[in-house]
Amino acid sequence: MTTTYAVLSEGLEKNYGEVHALRGLDLAVPEGTVCGLLGPNGAGKTTAVRILTTLTGPTAGRARVAGHDVTREPAAVRRAIGVTGQYASVDGDLTGRENLRLFARLAGLRGRAGRARTEELLERFGLTEVAGRVTATWSGGTRRRLDLAAGLITRPRVLFLDEPTTGLDPAAREQIWAAVRTLADEGATVLLTTQYLEEADRLADDIVVIDGGRAIATGTPAGLKARIGSRAEVTVDAAEALPRAAAVLDRLTGGRPALDEERRTVGVTVSDAGLTLPGIVRALDAAGVPVTDASLRQPTLDEVFLRLTGTAPATPVTPTAQAAQATQATQATRKEHAA
Amino acid sequence: MSTLLSDGGAVLTRQLQKARHAPALLVLTQTMPITMLLFFGYVFGSALAMPGAEYREFLVPGLLAATAAGGLMTGMFTAAQDAHRGVTDRFRTLPMSRAAVPLGQTAADLLTTAAGTIPLMLVGLAMGWRVESGWAGALGAFGVLLLFRFAMAWVGTYLGLISASEEAAGQLGSATFVLPLLSSAYLPTAGMPSWLRAVAEWNPISAVATAVRELCGNAGAEAAAGAAWPAAHPVAGSVAWSLALLLVFVPLATRRFARGRG
Repeated sequence: MTTTYAVLSEGLEKNYGEVHALRGLDLAVPEGTVCGLLGPNGAGKTTAVRILTTLTGPTAGRARVAGHDVTREPAAVRRAIGVTGQYASVDGDLTGRENLRLFARLAGLRGRAGRARTEELLERFGLTEVAGRVTATWSGGTRRRLDLAAGLITRPRVLFLDEPTTGLDPAAREQIWAAVRTLADEGATVLLTTQYLEEADRLADDIVVIDGGRAIATGTPAGLKARIGSRAEVTVDAAEALPRAAAVLDRLTGGRPALDEERRTVGVTVSDAGLTLPGIVRALDAAGVPVTDASLRQPTLDEVFLRLTGTAPATPVTPTAQAAQATQATQATRKEHAA
Repeated sequence: MSTLLSDGGAVLTRQLQKARHAPALLVLTQTMPITMLLFFGYVFGSALAMPGAEYREFLVPGLLAATAAGGLMTGMFTAAQDAHRGVTDRFRTLPMSRAAVPLGQTAADLLTTAAGTIPLMLVGLAMGWRVESGWAGALGAFGVLLLFRFAMAWVGTYLGLISASEEAAGQLGSATFVLPLLSSAYLPTAGMPSWLRAVAEWNPISAVATAVRELCGNAGAEAAAGAAWPAAHPVAGSVAWSLALLLVFVPLATRRFARGRG
């Protein structure tokens, strides 16, 4: 079976005067998957989305979205996509219902069809109660949900989400995540940009790490973690035992163990998948190291990022467990468009 | 074409809905010219060599023209606000006509202006201004004013789309209040230094103000000897100015909207 790509780009470049926002970005997003474009501020994420959604043309390179060339067939691309911008791009001076009705009309849904689609989306995103109020009075998270709903008005085959949760509180972020997950489960292709590793980890099937205008790593969240290796951390009962513990870990892994005198820990990267936690503990015990705690865990995406780019990415506010309240998303029937 | 009209209609509806949700703003923009009319008519009018009643007859058409020129400011605000709040980009990702947004916005502006001109005219009538030429003249004046308003709104839309920020558009927009001052809208040009008189006579606001005076049979319609062409032929001059501005700025604004901010 051949893979159909919803988004395909080759050597995308974009210059703004002297600034090279993109320096040859290649993307291949298979249909029906969620791709996370992960990178720090200024990496070129938003520029990539602007080109793919026909908002601006590339300086060089080519891109196809839903089978259509973004520069030669922009109208066909626009019929196939939904876009939710970095900043809520609904009209603050209109009510939620008026906003959706407007975008429905402009997407060709007139009269009863537009009204029905509006009410369906308001219901789906839990906005029915506030729909009659001017959106400037809404909370940031509620507005972002309306923005997402506006992006879905055309029943898009490919949905672009540019930093969908930037600036939101944890509860609102969980609601957006739940909504995106539901869309993905229904078969939509989603390309989302984020500077939050947790977001990419939670939502994306594949992650493209971008920095300085090009992709520096591509893979599944698990695959990326495997490439970087696991992290072993050992705590001993006295600071004097640290050098001995470090020597054992150095022999086992060939890595360069890092000592933390204050926490009395030694940490090291483990790239040998055959090395297990019992194996490490046994070796330490045999060397007479008084171990009080030991762990071997997958690296966080923060660590992945640090290894790949040499800089730490922006860290998100960690959502609290009780905030994990999902949006009540009703089943919406999706009309499949013929390619 | 049918998409253009239908999408333009959707945008027009949006503009009217926005106005309905912010009635205070609408009342402010509509009463501003009335305030200025009263201020100029009775404060300035009392200090001029020209008798007050005669000045007020001269002033009402001038204020109508200056108000029409305000389409520039409104167009700039509207376009800059959408452009810098991400609404323009949302429109540009939709499968809609590229010219529909500027068309819908300028058409909505035309409707609210047409409605706002009536109370301004009524206050003018109360101040002693008269349409001496009957209905045909009044309708002609109304048409000249609305055509000019429409043209200025397109100029403003283009300037708003290329503005660096909402604040920049706001400042530049506020600065446009000097344009009627450099025209025959508020004062006759006869007493101005010759270089300033040349500027004023070529100012489209002068042509529109004088055209309204001529069409309504008011004082101040007759041009001085050797006046520039638009001042000497105010009705033709206003229509020519408006059409020329539309010819230049409709394509500019539409192309700018389609091409985006890069």
